[in-house]
Amino acid sequence: MAEFEFETEGVVKKFMFLNRKAPYGTIYALEVLETVLISAAFDQEVALAFVDDGVYQIMKGCDTAATSGMKNFSKTYRALEGYDVEQLFVEKESMEARGLTEDDFIVDVQVVPASEMVALIAAQDVVISG
Amino acid sequence: MNIGILVNEGPFTHQASDSAYMFAKAAIAKGHAVPRVFFYYDGVNNGNKLSEPQSDDRDLVKLWGRLADEHGVDLVVCVAAGLRRGIKDDVLAEGFRISGLGQLIEAGMGCDRLVTFGD
Repeated sequence: MAEFEFETEGVVKKFMFLNRKAPYGTIYALEVLETVLISAAFDQEVALAFVDDGVYQIMKGCDTAATSGMKNFSKTYRALEGYDVEQLFVEKESMEARGLTEDDFIVDVQVVPASEMVALIAAQDVVISG
Repeated sequence: MNIGILVNEGPFTHQASDSAYMFAKAAIAKGHAVPRVFFYYDGVNNGNKLSEPQSDDRDLVKLWGRLADEHGVDLVVCVAAGLRRGIKDDVLAEGFRISGLGQLIEAGMGCDRLVTFGD
């Protein structure tokens, strides 16, 4: 075992979390969210992107008690603001392909076309997908 | 270059951990450093010492351990993701250690690149 110590004093990087999967049925969305909260606790500059089925993660009215009984963490997205995580981007094409509009989301988001999303991703230091 | 690696899938139903292992080996062979590999989601299954692949199959759990031994790579299994999947100290393979998600964020902060393997 080789425990490594990184020099991270004063380092602030741009972290983007790329959410591409539906919130319930698998644990990806919840485990991404746990990482988001830790990165915010490390005072990093955090952004979230919702593309493909990931747009369902912030959809209003998710009721897991009525279905699988998986832990319902939807309200955690609303709490992100309290951790200074305010950059939430939704890919326009993914949203429209699923018949959704901005009014269907539980948080305020910036809707951007795929071409702009590419540029946003390219501008990050670290991209973590789930 | 310092390259951190994030492995998001287990060794058998996805190519991610094979690809990550081969990437790590290739990077080290080219003179780069891989200070840490972080195992998250089903990736924590890479650290299960109870895993016994058939004898004519590659054994990624052991291969990771050897990589750690030979090149000082810090293999970190996420504690929360591990608990959900039964990966705890009593089943942890040689060369791995269990720690928190902060170790992933630190790798992102401290490495020149963080490369993710998984969907």
